[in-house]
Amino acid sequence: MPAPLLFEARDLRKRYGATTVVDGLSFAIAAGECLGVIGPNGAGKTTTVRMCLGQTAPDAGQVRYHPPQGGAPLEMPRDALAIKARLGVVSQFDTLDPDFTCAENLEVFGRYFGLQPAAMRARIPRLLEFAALARKAQARPGELSGGMRRRLSLARALVNEPHLLLLDEPTTGLDPQARHLMWERLQQLLQQGCAILLTTHFMDEAERLCGRLLVLDHGRKIAEGRPRELIAEHLEPEVVEAYGNGALALAQDATLRALAQRVEVSGETVFFYTQDARPLLQALAAHGHLRTLHRPANLEDLFLKLTGRQIREDG
Amino acid sequence: MDTPASIWRPPDLSWRWWPVFLRNLRVWRKLAIPSLVGNIAEPLMWLVAFGYGMGALVGQVQVGGRSVPYILFLASGSICMSAMNAASFEALYSAFSRMHVQKTWDGIMNAPIGLDNVVLAEMLWAAFKALFTATTILGVMLALGISHAPKLLVAWPVLLCVGIMFSSIALIFNALAKGYDFFTYYFTLVLTPMMFLSGVFFPREQLPPLVRAVSDWLPLTNAVELVRPLFMDQWPQHPLRHGLVMVLTTAAAYWVALALTRRRFRG
Repeated sequence: MPAPLLFEARDLRKRYGATTVVDGLSFAIAAGECLGVIGPNGAGKTTTVRMCLGQTAPDAGQVRYHPPQGGAPLEMPRDALAIKARLGVVSQFDTLDPDFTCAENLEVFGRYFGLQPAAMRARIPRLLEFAALARKAQARPGELSGGMRRRLSLARALVNEPHLLLLDEPTTGLDPQARHLMWERLQQLLQQGCAILLTTHFMDEAERLCGRLLVLDHGRKIAEGRPRELIAEHLEPEVVEAYGNGALALAQDATLRALAQRVEVSGETVFFYTQDARPLLQALAAHGHLRTLHRPANLEDLFLKLTGRQIREDG
Repeated sequence: MDTPASIWRPPDLSWRWWPVFLRNLRVWRKLAIPSLVGNIAEPLMWLVAFGYGMGALVGQVQVGGRSVPYILFLASGSICMSAMNAASFEALYSAFSRMHVQKTWDGIMNAPIGLDNVVLAEMLWAAFKALFTATTILGVMLALGISHAPKLLVAWPVLLCVGIMFSSIALIFNALAKGYDFFTYYFTLVLTPMMFLSGVFFPREQLPPLVRAVSDWLPLTNAVELVRPLFMDQWPQHPLRHGLVMVLTTAAAYWVALALTRRRFRG
């Protein structure tokens, strides 16, 4: 039996002046699922999250939350407060209170949900423990590293024990250790049955966490599916990158082109996409001065194929 | 999809402003002592320097047909000015920090608290700080023996209303601000002239008739007209008129502030 529907957005549209930022976007999140939204800067990710939170009024479309306990679905903007009472949000930029300690940040935020200090005092040690901040209870956000602040934001989003978390680029700007710790915590939450809506720029993050992905560009959904299936559907399984002096000339080499299904050039690097890389690698061996990298196709290849390699002016 | 709700719709208020007010109170408690010194040092310097210094030159001032010492005249006006300044400062610089710089409001609105309640909380918080400042200054005035009128008890709630009025007005400018610089204009071009035209430092009878007619409608004038007689243990001559001006100013300012803040947050 498929997991019950938890959250859905239907036919969302938003224009700013002459620019259509979100153009007929629909998606659904099932209980316990992690849905990733990826897309270049300006694709409409943050606007979509803002519409899900009722912070931006869509020009058209619906946002609904289906309480897991049953009962009538809640709808934005009519039931904005009731929906937000059941969500956890980590926005792109931390909004922690700089004047409060970590523990106070959690306690004060719990108050916004109507949680009494006594109830919060029971929850705070667990939340700090979860965020790996147990020893930082009395530290202020200014004394924390970027990774700690993000984890405190995550702990703060959990004060109301939500069934759905909305995370807008939760690991942007973090070092690898901090990102891995964040991923580990998010995976724990998924195992506990919490659903996640995640926007990200990092394909490894999307692949690691998300059961399903939505690729956005120019406010439209251009692909949707499981990460591995999307790669299999859109790309050849193997990639050979060639770079170094004279690499660009290879892109015109008819013999090599015949060994690859698709050839792309980006900057000084040639990308050969192929079903079987062995004959191609043998042929490339003749060009010994070049450096090559043979690897399986990944989400980043998919992303670049779908949204293009050029830098966007608005990006 | 329904048409976007008008920014001029009535406020959507509930008890949810309270945790936001408590949040500000809790931050302030950490800084209360230094902030207390800052809040009352300046008004007291004005009072002492002008009251005793100028007072020696001026001697008595005529208020409602009665002669009173200049320091009593000044104290009863300057306490309104202090309430005005305290509310304005909090609803401009501090509220702007929370709204725009720290993004505290954004965080709060990710919880089940709407913008209308956040704005109400900021308004009442700034009014509370104004009342706190006025209360401490009142305490010093009592200690200095400037006035011991029993009717001062009535001045206290009036000063709260003065705080509410000026924090509502200040929130209009908060909603329009792009940065802190903007507030300098408000202080120098709005509040400072009002201070001189509202009978805080000298009787309004000195003003040219046209300026005086304008002065009649200034929010601070009406506040001073209500508070000053209470310092002399008398009832204001026109409580209804001044009260009404204050209530209408407050209601209009709060409504405009809310609408402009909604516009600012309508992404």
